[in-house]
Amino acid sequence: MSLAVVLFYAFAIFTVVSAAGVAFSPNVVYSAFALMGTLLGVAAMYVFLAADFVAMAQVLVYIGGILVLMLFAVMLTHRIATANISNRSVGRVPALLIVSGVGLIMGRAIYRTNWVLGTDLPDAPSTYAIGTGFLGTYVLPFELASFVLLAVLVGAVAISRKELRDAQG
Amino acid sequence: MKDLVLSLIAEGGALAGVPFSLAAPLVMVAFGALVVFGFVLPIAGITSWLERRVWARIQSRIGPNRVGPQGFLQWLADGLKNLLKEDIIPSAADKWLFSLAPYLVVVGFIATFAAVPFTSSLIIADLNIGILYITAVTGIVVVGVLMAGWSSNNKWSLLGGIRSAAQIVSYEIPAGLSVFPIVLLTGTLSMQGIIRAQGWAPWDWFFFYNPFTFAAFFVFFVAALAEGNRTPFDIPEAESELVAGFCTEYSGMRYLLFFLEEWGNLYVIGAIVTTLFLGGWQVPAFTDNPMLLAVAQFGTFFLKAYFFVFVAMWVRATLPRVRVDQLMTVCWKYMVPIAIVNMLGTAAWMLFVPETLGRLVQFGMTGLGAVVVVVFFRRVRFHLRRANLKPSDYYYSPII
Repeated sequence: MSLAVVLFYAFAIFTVVSAAGVAFSPNVVYSAFALMGTLLGVAAMYVFLAADFVAMAQVLVYIGGILVLMLFAVMLTHRIATANISNRSVGRVPALLIVSGVGLIMGRAIYRTNWVLGTDLPDAPSTYAIGTGFLGTYVLPFELASFVLLAVLVGAVAISRKELRDAQG
Repeated sequence: MKDLVLSLIAEGGALAGVPFSLAAPLVMVAFGALVVFGFVLPIAGITSWLERRVWARIQSRIGPNRVGPQGFLQWLADGLKNLLKEDIIPSAADKWLFSLAPYLVVVGFIATFAAVPFTSSLIIADLNIGILYITAVTGIVVVGVLMAGWSSNNKWSLLGGIRSAAQIVSYEIPAGLSVFPIVLLTGTLSMQGIIRAQGWAPWDWFFFYNPFTFAAFFVFFVAALAEGNRTPFDIPEAESELVAGFCTEYSGMRYLLFFLEEWGNLYVIGAIVTTLFLGGWQVPAFTDNPMLLAVAQFGTFFLKAYFFVFVAMWVRATLPRVRVDQLMTVCWKYMVPIAIVNMLGTAAWMLFVPETLGRLVQFGMTGLGAVVVVVFFRRVRFHLRRANLKPSDYYYSPII
C-alpha cells in the first residue's frame, strides 16, 4: 500500500467521523466545530483529485467565510448549548425516508459509474483550465451565477438597511 | 525542492534506493520540521523580545535587558516560565474546545509556512496556488479564535472572539482584492512564480509598477495588520475594554501560543508583502557559486520581510486603537472600493498602456520614491539640528 493510499483512507475516515460528529452531536456548537473537520477533509479529497484550486477555494469560502458566519450565529444565540428539545423522535420517520431515498440514489450512481483508476494525475496548474472554462465554454452560466449573487447582495443590503426598513413602515 | 529530493535519492545520495513517492514526503516533513523549529519558533520568540525593546526605545523606557546580552534571551526565559506554569482550565469552560483552540490557532499560522519562500530553491512546497493557499489556511486561525472565545464561557472572551471574527472576515476582502492586481500581472498564483516575474532592482518591483499596484501595497499591508489583530486594529484583545479578549481565561503555555501566532504572523505578513510587491529574494547575479547566491537571496528576503515586522512594531507603538465602527468604516467604505479600483486599474493598464510608457512610469515612480526617502531624512536632520541637542541628548547608544 503506497503512502498516498494510506493518506487517502486517513482523510476519508477523518471526513466521515467529523461528519458523524456534525450529525449526531447533541450540542449544536460541537456540530459547527466538527463541520470544520468535514470541510477540511473534503478539501483534502479535492487535492487527491489534483483539483488544487478547488481545494483551496473550498477552504477559503467554506471555512473562512461560511463556517465563521455559522459560528457567529451559533455563538450569539442565548444558551444554545443547553437547548431543551422536548420531543426528539418527531423527525425520525421523514428523516428515515429522506436518508434511504438519497442512499438509494447514491448507491445506484456508485454502482453504475464506470470507475477509472487514475494512475498519475497531471501536476499542472488547474487554474488555467478553470479560467478558460469560465470565460469560454461556460461563460453564460458563469455570468448568470454572478448576476444571481449580485441580486442577493443588493437584496441583503436592502433588507438590512435601517432607513429603508423604516421608510416602508 | 524536487531537485533536492532527486539528488538525494540518486546513486550515492543519502537516501539512495528509496522510491521518489516515499522520499519526497520524507524530505518535505524533515525540512518542514527544520523550518518550524529552526526558524518559525525562534523568529516568533525573538520578535517578542525585539518588539518590547523597540517600544521601550520609542517610549523612552528601557525594556527587558536582564536575561542574556541586552536581554536577548528573554524569549527563552518567558517560554520556559510559561511551560512550567499551571495550566488552568476554568470549571465552567468547555474543557475540550478550550484545550483545543490554541492548537488550532497555531496550526493555521504554521501551515502558511509551507508556501513561504526563503530562496529561489528553498521552499517547502512551491504550490501552483501558493498565495491562495496562504490566504485560505489563515481562515483556520479565525475558527480557533472563535473556539477560544466561546469555550471560555466568559463574556469578555466571547466579545473578543466575535470582534476578531468580524474583523478578520471583513479584512480578508481588501487583502484578497489587493493580491489580484499582482496575479493579473504575473498570471500565476505560485509564490516563486510571482517573485520570478520581478527583478532585483526597485524599478522592477511591483511596488513601483504602476500607481495602482503602489496603492494596492498599502491596502494589503493595512488589511494584513488588521487580519493579524495588530494595533491599531487589536480590538479583539483590547486591554482597556475586554481585559484580554478571547485569551482572558488562558494561562501558561496555552496563553503564550496565541501570542506566538501573533508575533510569528508578523513575519508571514512581511514575507507575503515582500513576495508580492518587493521582488522577494531577487538579487543581481553577482556570482556563480550557488551556495553564496542562496545565502544572499535568503538574506535579502529576510531583511525585506523583517523590515515590515519592524514597521508593524513602529505602528503599534505610535497609533491609538480604533473603535469598532471606525474599523468597519475603514474596511468597507474606503479600503474595499480602493482595492477594486486598483484591480480594474491594473487590468486597464495592462490593456492600454504601451510597454515603453510603462517602463518610464516605473522609473519615474522609483525616482519619486527615492526623492521621498531623501526628503524624509533631510527633514529629520533639520529637526535634530534645530532642537540644538547636546551630544549626550542624542542617546544613540542602545546599550543600557
